[in-house]
Amino acid sequence: MVTSSTPPVADLSFAIALPLLLLAPLAIAGLALINAGLGRSRSAAQSVLGSLVLVSVAVLVFALVGATFADGASGSGHVFHLSGIPWNWAGTGPIALSGLSSSPMRAQLTLLFEFLALSLAVLIPWGSGADRWRLTAGAASAAVLAALFFPLVSHWTWGGGWLAQLGLNFSLGSGFLDVGGAATIHLLGGFSALVVVWIAGPRRGKFPKEGLSTAMPGHNAIYILFGCLIALVGWMPLNMAGALLWLGASPSALPGTAINTLLSAAAALAATFTVTRIRFGKPDASLCANGWLAGLVTSSACASLVTPLEAIFTGLVAGVAMPLLVEFLELAVSIDDPSGAVSVHAAGGLWGLLAAGIFAPQQGQFVAQLIGVSALLGFFLPLIYLLFALLNRVIPFRVEPDGERIGMDLHELGGGAYPEFVVHRDDSYR
Amino acid sequence: MKYAGLLVMPAGFFLTLAAILLFPAPTTRAAFVACGIAVEGMGLAVAIRGHMAPKRGRHGHSLGREVEGGEFH
Repeated sequence: MVTSSTPPVADLSFAIALPLLLLAPLAIAGLALINAGLGRSRSAAQSVLGSLVLVSVAVLVFALVGATFADGASGSGHVFHLSGIPWNWAGTGPIALSGLSSSPMRAQLTLLFEFLALSLAVLIPWGSGADRWRLTAGAASAAVLAALFFPLVSHWTWGGGWLAQLGLNFSLGSGFLDVGGAATIHLLGGFSALVVVWIAGPRRGKFPKEGLSTAMPGHNAIYILFGCLIALVGWMPLNMAGALLWLGASPSALPGTAINTLLSAAAALAATFTVTRIRFGKPDASLCANGWLAGLVTSSACASLVTPLEAIFTGLVAGVAMPLLVEFLELAVSIDDPSGAVSVHAAGGLWGLLAAGIFAPQQGQFVAQLIGVSALLGFFLPLIYLLFALLNRVIPFRVEPDGERIGMDLHELGGGAYPEFVVHRDDSYR
Repeated sequence: MKYAGLLVMPAGFFLTLAAILLFPAPTTRAAFVACGIAVEGMGLAVAIRGHMAPKRGRHGHSLGREVEGGEFH
């Protein structure tokens, strides 16, 4: 007798998660393209090669070291007890991914998700350090992120760490929720970007001692805008896979997550388009691209938790705030962030995480989100600064003035991205 | 000044941790967690101010639109 067998929901979810994760690298490709386009033409090859190098270094270091601390699949961890409450602060996984092939499918999928999330996270500061951050220093920073910071944040939020257990231990909703990586990818990456900008300093000529600060717009609008479209193709599956793996969502909830991702990005773009049109008379292409990206970042936190109308609202807020914040950071506090990573990833991720708490139905969820944000801001940002400042003593972040003048391509790679193009004289040097 | 700001930020984080341990009542706990975040925000503001480039002239608008010869070079 033949019996029809329906696969368990968990197996079905994992079977869906794998192809979704295989699409997610498109988000990495989109971000790399946006970073390259927002930098100068004479640093374009270094930017794209740097993206590959940083991703390579990060995944290797994570595989060898970081995955051990990030591990949440084994159900154990480094735990200390305070006031009778367990505080799980680091994973105790196998070293160098030993025994991976025999581990359960969920464990392998979560590891793949973490590899992709880490790859995205290390590209965020790379865009901010464009045109003056050395490739070797970028790779070393990626190694530090992959070995220490990312694994800890990942374990705290996704691996059953103390943030994830806030609901269990303190009755704070479902614990800290970071379904698509708003904290683990974007807040961590955005804070790293802020630290890199601080340590490397502004590009030469960006903030002259007198007069206006100098505009140094991206060199290729097509890269930037096409990168946004590519990023969308990778972002939707990443959010959907996150919902399956970290939220335990059923497959029937996935189209809603994808729709909310799209709505958030679209609303953010519309808002940024309107704001820049009002402020400058015409819409600004690079700011609109960053608006789209800010909507995607916001969706990383809450696409699987909110209704479509709420997704539009969160996207609208991100789209309005982003260009204003870019302007404030550049003009008021002298932060030279070529890719706008601090405004897009740090602020967008922050807003998304808070929005997830605001719209969540569970009691105490907003406080759980606040505590998660507090951990990232109060613990990780100063620690990143400390370690990156020490790293800067060993491998100077900033290229020599001559290297900055001739461009990172010629200085670091010996050849430009567009060897047959005429490079215009840079009027920004004063 | 930038280091002072960066040192204040962990203080805010520990205030947040203390809040969830010491105050079981939801309102008090939320208020103290918010205070912790506020302290972190103040530390961040001080750190940002400490990293600001010294200004002599007035900064005006500097985004891409005002560059000579077009938006993208």
